[in-house]
Amino acid sequence: MSEAPILREEPLVKIRHVRKSFSGTEVLRDINLDVHRGEVFCLLGASGAGKSTLLRAINRLETVDGGEIWVDGMRIGYGAHRDGVRALSEREMAGQRRHIGMVFQRFNLFGHMTALENVAEAPRVVLHRPAESARREAMRLLADVGLAEKAHQHPGELSGGQQQRVAIARALAMKPSLMLFDEPTSALDPELVGEVLNVMTELARGGMTMIVVTHEMSFARDVADRVAFMHHGEVVETATPDEFFTRPAHERARQFLARTDMGAAARRRPAR
Amino acid sequence: MATAHAQLSPLSEMRVKEYPRRYPWRWVAAIVILALVGWVIWTLAGADIVWAHVLPYVGMDVFVQAAINTLVLAVASQALAIAIGVVMAILRISHNPVARTVSIVYIWLFRGLPVLVQLLLWYNLALVFTSIKLGVPFTDVVFFSAPTNAVMTPFVAGLLGLSLNESAYMAEIIRAGINGIDKGQTEAAHSLGMSPMSTITRIVLPQAMRIIIPPTGNDFINMIKTTSMASVITYVELVRAANMVASRNLEVMETLFAAAIWYMILVSLASIGQYYLERMFTQSRGPGLFASVWRSVVRPPMARVKMERIQADV
Repeated sequence: MSEAPILREEPLVKIRHVRKSFSGTEVLRDINLDVHRGEVFCLLGASGAGKSTLLRAINRLETVDGGEIWVDGMRIGYGAHRDGVRALSEREMAGQRRHIGMVFQRFNLFGHMTALENVAEAPRVVLHRPAESARREAMRLLADVGLAEKAHQHPGELSGGQQQRVAIARALAMKPSLMLFDEPTSALDPELVGEVLNVMTELARGGMTMIVVTHEMSFARDVADRVAFMHHGEVVETATPDEFFTRPAHERARQFLARTDMGAAARRRPAR
Repeated sequence: MATAHAQLSPLSEMRVKEYPRRYPWRWVAAIVILALVGWVIWTLAGADIVWAHVLPYVGMDVFVQAAINTLVLAVASQALAIAIGVVMAILRISHNPVARTVSIVYIWLFRGLPVLVQLLLWYNLALVFTSIKLGVPFTDVVFFSAPTNAVMTPFVAGLLGLSLNESAYMAEIIRAGINGIDKGQTEAAHSLGMSPMSTITRIVLPQAMRIIIPPTGNDFINMIKTTSMASVITYVELVRAANMVASRNLEVMETLFAAAIWYMILVSLASIGQYYLERMFTQSRGPGLFASVWRSVVRPPMARVKMERIQADV
């Protein structure tokens, strides 16, 4: 790993020696990563490289077979117990997860609630905020993602791009210290990708720490502070977008980029 | 090509008179069916039943009270069955192997035994337990004690027999409803820090209702009819009321017809209730009950007649 010696505070996310297998197949092999506060970190790689599994392990929607994941001083999935640690119950896990926002590929908005109710639900139920202030805060968040006028629509009445923006507002309503994005634009029609990426870019400018699994190379190049390239369950390269997209160090990364538009653009550039 | 097209085009522009499609076999079928219906009515009319006595029985106090008893037992049994069913469904999908096994055995047992057998077992409980006690086992502490015969009234035995049997079905209906909700809903709720309990009660179950309500409505209609079995354990519902009246005046068929009319009234009311309940849990509101019945039953034939008239006028 070609990690630059950045002298900053303790990383917000520390991933150490994380391993996982699905029925004999290793999907994560000795993953080590640091993500710093305020950083936008993109996980790139071909389908099946383990990006989504790693992301889902960070808020323990996926358990791991070994290694440790730390977020903001919490050891994910574990709590102090006597002179050591103990695996947390699902109920106790909820306490850790509320600090970590997550945006899913398929939005997963609650189908029986309006956009506004989707955003206000967790602050009310989890943080016990009064209904009125939760609604007001939700309205403000919906306005931030440009959907104030859709507040009273159900998910079924919204386009994919609008649903994903509501999902981002819903995650932000919990005031998370970290946002995870699991291929947030992969299920969208091409013309709707832009509106979601704009909201994410806006969020990144606001200083939110973000880990993004994406196939949107232009987003990774323009918005990410660092990218990691995964292949067959391993992080084979961590670099700044500039380095990665112009001089990928690893052979696999070069092959991967060659198959994307970005790689094609990079190949054309020297010829001009 | 060009010539063929030239030959066709004047033909297609010509005004050709169009006649409606014909349905000769529909007329034949309709006549045969009406003849059969007429024959059934004629046979019933000629039967040795005093038809004039049927309707007065429907309004008789004994029957009205029996109809109320039937409805009370059905509603109470279904409500208890839903409550137990929710618990059993949650045990069934739990990660605790003991809870899962208990639920599987419970469903196996109470779904497997015939309702009549369950009713008789509860009603005759006094034969094996003379009193019912609630206390701390292996000590003398007793909170509640009563003779079984005083507790196990026909209503209580009926309630237990019907609701425990139905709860096994409800558990399966509710489990299917919960399983029918996308896993992503649970993951989203978890990722927001919602506890497993909030996730199931606030996110999964409300959405599962749409899947759960239609079969539950069917079960409730079945429940109304199954209460007739409680007549065997002397609960005065419609069948027992009919038998009681008939034992005095021997109008067996007249009283049973009165009971039958009451069942149809109760079942029809339940169907209407089910319709509105389903509508409440679907987001897209269609036309009302009577409007949609009107549309599906009355309008299409009328519309067709109108259409034929329009076409005939052309």
